[in-house]
Amino acid sequence: MKTTTTRSMRLVAVVTLAGLTLGGCATTNSNPRDPLEGFNRGVFAFNDTVDKYALKPVATAYKNVLPSFVQTGVHNFFGNLTDAWSAANNLLQGKGEAGMQDVTRFAINSTFGIVGLIDIAGPAGLPKHNEDLGQTLGYWGMPSGPYLVLPILGPSTLRDTAALPGDWWGDIWTHKTPVSVRNTGTVIKAVDTRASLLDASSLVEGAALDRYEFLRDGFLQRRDSQVRDGGSQSAAASDSGKLDMKAAYGDDAPAAPGTPAAATPVTPVTPAEPSPATPAPVNK
Amino acid sequence: MKNIVTMIATASMAFAAHAVVAAPVGNEAPDLLVKRISTDVLDTAKADKDIQAGNKQKVVALVESKILPFVDTEKMTALAAGRFWRTATPAQQQRLAAEFRTLLVFTYSGALSQIKNDDKVEFKPLRADPADVDVEVRSQVTSSRGEPITLNYRLNKGPQGWKIFDINVLGAWLVETYKGNFSSEITKSGVDGLIAKLAERNKQLAGKPLAAPAK
Repeated sequence: MKTTTTRSMRLVAVVTLAGLTLGGCATTNSNPRDPLEGFNRGVFAFNDTVDKYALKPVATAYKNVLPSFVQTGVHNFFGNLTDAWSAANNLLQGKGEAGMQDVTRFAINSTFGIVGLIDIAGPAGLPKHNEDLGQTLGYWGMPSGPYLVLPILGPSTLRDTAALPGDWWGDIWTHKTPVSVRNTGTVIKAVDTRASLLDASSLVEGAALDRYEFLRDGFLQRRDSQVRDGGSQSAAASDSGKLDMKAAYGDDAPAAPGTPAAATPVTPVTPAEPSPATPAPVNK
Repeated sequence: MKNIVTMIATASMAFAAHAVVAAPVGNEAPDLLVKRISTDVLDTAKADKDIQAGNKQKVVALVESKILPFVDTEKMTALAAGRFWRTATPAQQQRLAAEFRTLLVFTYSGALSQIKNDDKVEFKPLRADPADVDVEVRSQVTSSRGEPITLNYRLNKGPQGWKIFDINVLGAWLVETYKGNFSSEITKSGVDGLIAKLAERNKQLAGKPLAAPAK
């Protein structure tokens, strides 16, 4: 535990330092879930620099040079280790079936999959869940708190950052000795993650007008969805079904499709009263 | 950290992949429509070597012919612009929708060229009343790598049949994700400023080659 405490203290120190030097407080709040926008943008810019000069070039070389079966093996190896912690979190959330699936995944892949290098369980019908402590806390009602960009680690929320030490402890690789092997593995894992996201990141560069906002808004939606396990606001929890436009889009839902609204300058009929079916805005 | 990026990319890919098939508009159920489009585009993309190699013209043609006809890009733009849509003139609305449409075409094209051969899509059953005009269709993309990717669509039944107006990848809706970008830009430099920025970005993307997939 000493390592974990030291690490979390270091994280707090780094975050505070980054905050003081890079951004200061937010002045204009464009998103109520991002009151620390000034600080976050600073860290985001820092992460971009590290990515541009260190992580991305290495990941690109990794992707282009290493044979794909090696890359798959590395990816599966670290993915397998996360299945164990995901299982624990599923069980903590009372999701027995999902928890047992993760346990079985870990068991099968660690043995028949040769310490996780081969993912046998996936194709055999056992889906991967990526549960972590932050999601467990969210499941039990802890709100996410403000959006937070962490140095190197990237987008997070206050709740998930607080849960990080727990996640680190739950990560089997954290306990690997000797430390030199552990550190090498951690670096390889980071490179592998970055390499798997190279295509996606180039797409976002083209698609986003403001990458910071784009990634923030996408991340917050994704995170909320992960806590809910994909359930949404519409009545049908897991099946396709009727969509409540008002609940989904609020007052922005246009009256009729493709109607140029400039014709009538009168304010829309519906006042800003929430309909009974409208759930509270996602702040989990 | 970069999960969102994967998410958006996959969303775009799935979206692009679910391009609309050139078929007559009938009274087809929305989930069957999306399924048909998905299957058709996925099959076309997998079978065509040029597309997999990233031949830009072919990919854009695929998106334009098989996807865009079934996407209500104007509604998508209106929702992303939110309350600012009402303040824009019809001419501005038209230009904004056109530029956003072009941006989407480039984004989907990029995503489409990244489809891997073992990607499969499965759809959740649709439980909706035939009288519903707004539905959400849910699906999952499974590939050999990683967890299954959620892919959901929102469709509206208009005079020309069902049209997609929003898409969700890994939990993030396209409209919601663009809302922030749109509103910041409009607040800074008005609707015209947003149009100009989109136009500039489209010019940039027109000159860029599509990233070839690492197969």
